[in-house]
Amino acid sequence: MKTYTYTEKKDTRSGFGAGLAELGRTNPNVVALCADLIGSLKMNQFIDENPERFFQIGIAEANMMGIAAGMTIGGKIPFTGTFANFSTGRVYDQIRQSIAYSGKNVKICASHAGLTLGEDGATHQILEDIGLMKMLPGMTVINTCDYNQTKAATIAIAEYEGPVYLRFGRPAVPIFTPEDQKFEIGKAIKLTEGNDVTIVATGHLVWEALEASKALHEKGISAEVINIHTIKPLDDKAILDSVSKTGCIVTAEEHNYLGGLGESVSRVLALHKPTPQEFVATNDTFGESGTPAQLMEKYGLNSATIVEKAQAVIKRK
Amino acid sequence: MSNTQQLEDLTTQVRRDILRMVHKVNSGHPGGSLGCAEFFVAMYSEIMERNEGFDMDGMGEDLFFLSNGHISPVYYSVLARTGYFPVEELNTFRLINSRLQGHPTTHEKLPGVRIASGSLGQGMSVALGAAQAKKLNGDDHLVYSLHGDGELQEGQNWEAIMYASAKHVDNLIATVDLNGKQIDGATDDVLPMGSIKAKFEAFGWTVIDIEEGNNIEAVLAGMAEAKSKTGQGKPVCVLLKTMMGNGIDFMMHTHAWHGKAPNDEQLAIGLAQNPETLGDY
Repeated sequence: MKTYTYTEKKDTRSGFGAGLAELGRTNPNVVALCADLIGSLKMNQFIDENPERFFQIGIAEANMMGIAAGMTIGGKIPFTGTFANFSTGRVYDQIRQSIAYSGKNVKICASHAGLTLGEDGATHQILEDIGLMKMLPGMTVINTCDYNQTKAATIAIAEYEGPVYLRFGRPAVPIFTPEDQKFEIGKAIKLTEGNDVTIVATGHLVWEALEASKALHEKGISAEVINIHTIKPLDDKAILDSVSKTGCIVTAEEHNYLGGLGESVSRVLALHKPTPQEFVATNDTFGESGTPAQLMEKYGLNSATIVEKAQAVIKRK
Repeated sequence: MSNTQQLEDLTTQVRRDILRMVHKVNSGHPGGSLGCAEFFVAMYSEIMERNEGFDMDGMGEDLFFLSNGHISPVYYSVLARTGYFPVEELNTFRLINSRLQGHPTTHEKLPGVRIASGSLGQGMSVALGAAQAKKLNGDDHLVYSLHGDGELQEGQNWEAIMYASAKHVDNLIATVDLNGKQIDGATDDVLPMGSIKAKFEAFGWTVIDIEEGNNIEAVLAGMAEAKSKTGQGKPVCVLLKTMMGNGIDFMMHTHAWHGKAPNDEQLAIGLAQNPETLGDY
């Protein structure tokens, strides 16, 4: 079994900051907008190097989305930065009309997604954003798993023409994907080969899925772990190929099970290959204050839950 | 340059287009459209510097954004009659498979339209972004936008109004259609906003009044004055006083025709008050 290790932990938002800084050096059309969260979004380096291409909007996210849409007229590639909650739910109609329906090339970059924002509590944690964004026609939805992948994805989305929602987080998490990776939108990455169960994970849950696969291996269960960094468009083939072999699947995400990755996977399976599925996701609930680790444990978003669900779904085959 | 008579003839024809478009599909918004006929004619015939044809980026030309998208009939009529698409296409307004959606969109790729609008309050932010992109591109052309007065009740406008002056977006001319009416009645009854002029000035804008927004000469003069105020570190607001339903006597002095189409008889009366000038589509 292929195993993954790490030597360093870093936050995925810093991967965004590094990717944005690189774009600042390589793509003169890239502009950055922020609604009073420069430090949290790690945008400082881009700003230091390209002050004329940075726009501090103030605490006015709706205005930020509209300005970003307008800047595409004239060939700019705007990257907006704020927390996931204020990047989606707060400005849904602005994104819907001025960006998605208008087909504007805006990159909505959202940090502090999910529960791992931690102590600020449910007003700042969002567990509905993937659903909100994936429902918008034409919107690409990406949720990256570590620093390197977030950096690569940030760079890749500048090359793609169309609206993108890029979701990442606050806490330091293991860096286990290659530094020099090329990010392919919509292309799932198989991390381990396995025969007994498929585990499809996104974002911070990818590392947890790898930890789970180790624990399952010790129990004699061979798990195939797939990193689904792009939730829309979904890599249907990767999922179907894997369940053709394993016959069951667990989906894992830092999001409500309603509207998340798991439901997108269910649709693919229902259409093409009905397969037993278990969900690792929050159960139609808001979050609360706590440390990220405490929250992930309380809400069942960790390797232990993935192991439990894997064992349960295998019994349903 | 067109002379005043030519512009008035075009305005009369635009009024006919508006009436005929909304009558055919028994839906749409004639009141605000009629009130802004002179403004659109002035903008597209005289005020804006426009390139031949249409491309989304609009480099090297002035741009226009309609924020109160429900007055699409006047927008479509003037776009067609100033060469963006064939006037016959006005026949497809609000019909299935048309590029002339109820509210303007880019989705069907109608030439002349650069953003979807209809859900109110979003256009000024978009215009600001386009204006700032022009500055980044070293393009000294202007960005224009139009907003309803009732529309200013949407909070996003005030985010944009605050930002525009703070960031010295002085290549933007935002016009507010002061017709004093919205769907539920007089703006002063629905939600009185006090002095819109004082509010824009307090937010650091230069404000130009056009008292006779349905007089083509007055609109031309007012917009020329607004243009002369650009490039001076402040965004420019034009308060355009108009009459909802202007040019059709029974549609004036009431908010009843905000979003209602005339029946056959009413259409005939309206058309008789505005004899054909350039030819119906």
